[in-house]
Amino acid sequence: MDIPYTVEARPDTGLYNAKVGIWLFLASEVMLFGALFSTYILLRVGAPEGFWPHGWLNIPVGTVNTLVLITSSITTVMAWASLKMNQFGRFKFFHACTLCLALTFVGIKSYEYHDKFMHYEITLKDGRIADGHLVKRTADQVVISGHYVEDRKELFDLRAGGPPHEHTEITIPQAQIKKMENYGPWHTTYLAIYFTLTGLHALHVIGGAIVIGFLWGPGSKLWKTDPDRFTNRIEISGLFWHFVDLVWIFLFPVLYLL
Amino acid sequence: MQASTHAIPHPHVHEEHHEEAGFWSKYVFSTDHKVIGIQYGFTALCFLFFGFCLMLVMRWQIAHPGQPVPLVGPLLETLLGNMAAKGIVSNDLYNSFGAMHGTIMVFLAIVPLAFGAFGNYLVPLQIGAPDMAFPRVNMASYQFYVLGGVIMFFSFFIPGGAAQAGWTSYPPLAVAIPTDGQTFWLAGMVLLITSSLLGAVNFIATVIQLRAPGMTWMRLPFFVWAQFVTGFLLLLAFPPLEAAGVLQLMDKVAHTSFFLPTGLAVGGNLANVSGGGNPLLWQHLFWFLAHPEVYVLILPAMGIVSEIIANNTRKPLWGYKSLVYAVLTLGFLSFIVWAHHMYLTGMGTKIATFFQTTTMIISIPSVIILSCLFISLWGGSIRFNTPMLFVMAFLPMFGIGGLTGLPLGFSYSDIHLHDTYYVIAHFHYIVAPGTIFALFAGIYFWFPKATGRMMSEFWGQVHFWASLIFMNLIFQPMFAQGMAGMLRRMADGGANYSTAKVPDAIGGLSPHMMGLHTYILWAAVGLAFAQIPFIFNFFWSIHHGKPAGSDNPWNSTTLEWQTPTPPPHGNFATVPHVYRGPYEYSVPGHATDFTPQNQPD
Repeated sequence: MDIPYTVEARPDTGLYNAKVGIWLFLASEVMLFGALFSTYILLRVGAPEGFWPHGWLNIPVGTVNTLVLITSSITTVMAWASLKMNQFGRFKFFHACTLCLALTFVGIKSYEYHDKFMHYEITLKDGRIADGHLVKRTADQVVISGHYVEDRKELFDLRAGGPPHEHTEITIPQAQIKKMENYGPWHTTYLAIYFTLTGLHALHVIGGAIVIGFLWGPGSKLWKTDPDRFTNRIEISGLFWHFVDLVWIFLFPVLYLL
Repeated sequence: MQASTHAIPHPHVHEEHHEEAGFWSKYVFSTDHKVIGIQYGFTALCFLFFGFCLMLVMRWQIAHPGQPVPLVGPLLETLLGNMAAKGIVSNDLYNSFGAMHGTIMVFLAIVPLAFGAFGNYLVPLQIGAPDMAFPRVNMASYQFYVLGGVIMFFSFFIPGGAAQAGWTSYPPLAVAIPTDGQTFWLAGMVLLITSSLLGAVNFIATVIQLRAPGMTWMRLPFFVWAQFVTGFLLLLAFPPLEAAGVLQLMDKVAHTSFFLPTGLAVGGNLANVSGGGNPLLWQHLFWFLAHPEVYVLILPAMGIVSEIIANNTRKPLWGYKSLVYAVLTLGFLSFIVWAHHMYLTGMGTKIATFFQTTTMIISIPSVIILSCLFISLWGGSIRFNTPMLFVMAFLPMFGIGGLTGLPLGFSYSDIHLHDTYYVIAHFHYIVAPGTIFALFAGIYFWFPKATGRMMSEFWGQVHFWASLIFMNLIFQPMFAQGMAGMLRRMADGGANYSTAKVPDAIGGLSPHMMGLHTYILWAAVGLAFAQIPFIFNFFWSIHHGKPAGSDNPWNSTTLEWQTPTPPPHGNFATVPHVYRGPYEYSVPGHATDFTPQNQPD
């Protein structure tokens, strides 16, 4: 006895098995990201007045990445629709686009991460704080491109329209440094949740890209022997991809804009 | 008069279609739900035994703090080094054992046994399906479970030992402890959660999609309903803990401050962290899982109990529909009671009032289920075989566990009882003589389906009576100890707070209360001996037990008994058709006192 409804839909539920499976899986993913978004809310409302960062992320870069993912969602639908219309070549083209867009997204995200890791906050022994991007670091001195602030609070609101500050090259002898820390997840709870949320999301993007890449490459042989089953696989992986997009649609305003 | 003779063609015709698989693909990398069920069962029983051994060592330490553990002391010293110098359980080791006893029993023993083993083996059979909806996902689920278990087990032997912050792993303590045990614990948990998640998706999809023709929702055996709801609890409650686990892992490894507040001091020094985190956040995320988890522990047991009661009273379950709606309500409500574990955290009395109210409401469906099961006994001509004895004991034991939970659910009485031995007694009554008794009943009951042989009735009854007596001797005194104010998680069993140590302390623990530790220790040793007949009976009966004599030795109505024994790959030779509800026992005017679900009118 073989397992029924692997390809065709069960009449009373109107779904084939994998579709039920993926929706259940996505329900659990909602709870996973839901817990992380709740964490974000709790950390933010618990932060002392004036110490929740604003404007730390580059909105144009984030917007471009949002558009990249939305476009990839469109090409994913087009790939599936092409198979439904029995156009295998068009499927190959559209999913090649999806893969390129996925790689673009991960590339832009890496650039943003790199920017944060090169950004340092240096507390001097005289109480001043230097903040900026690392230019050079030697055994006895550190060179950053940035500025000095008297109060740490000045670093937290960098939204457009705030007080302007000029970036100059600052050389600080190692002997004067009390604490030097880059803008990694350990820096503030905002960056902690930023890296956790976007990191987990990026893992989902990479995972989805691997699955789509497999179905685009070696996995596409199934089209010749069992086209219905193959089309279902594209649909299932597409549902997952849309979900990953949707998570980003929530992440972008929460982390970049609010 | 075997139902299978006319409903199901003979099995051997079918088996010829399948090539004989090799050892590895048949027993290790199998995608057959029955093999995976047995794999789960065997692994989980090993962990159950291991978790029990940890507890025995802890009970020795509680009764005789600072004295070398007899028999296994030298072994502990060899394996764990300084943690057990001279065979004495150090405070750190006690904390490790405590944390790991809880973790192992909940996540590696009971849930895999109740859900992974029984669910995997029985759900597809009971709904008339050839296998799970996603057999390879099923295999992956088992492999993640084993991997998580190996990491947890291995963590005992790393420098500093296993996690020490309790099975609840509350930060900042869990993060502040400088050893790596907690990191292993978190990595293990992430794998175990992944395993549960894959299992849950599979179970729910299987029940929705693969029910045999005629198997409508209201014809599902109650066991399937219980597993179905359990699946939803695992699916939706576990991800927040996965998120929490990732966050704590970040705190531990990437030095973030999700759960570490500003100004945190460790060992008198200001911790080098950014701060701004919230320790309560962990507790919310943890209990959002861990309260539904309580129902994950009990619902499959209730499913097993219902099947065995209907079969051995030879009458339908009383109130099948009430049971189904009660279990669905229970599943839903279990998501909004979690903070009753947190009355003493300072989250506020308004929130406490809300959770106190929902907690009282959730006792209603629990009582409905237990009442239906009790009333089902009424007027039945009960067969008192071993599985039925365990089930009959389950009912009052679960009753004790449930009713003693009410004072914990009220925020005012919880102030006194919180974190005492009373709590330990309360939840162990639900899980140990409750769930574990139901699981034993299930093993005795379905053993002939999996092996074709019966387990010994005599040794089964020895196992039952001895277990029942010793379980109660262990846990009853703890209610008294807890009400006297004895806190849990103390490596010396409360000796520091006893009147022997501080004679005029107000509320100090009396010599009588401290003396109960010795009785509990011997009762625990007795319980260990009581398991010997079971272990021998189990392994001996696989090859030498009395042959079951038929595919349906208990004269049961549900579909798993209408297959060949043991069921072949693919379960049913032809698609079974279901014509009736699951519990048509003693139908007036019928030739036999049971009517299988697949028997036409």
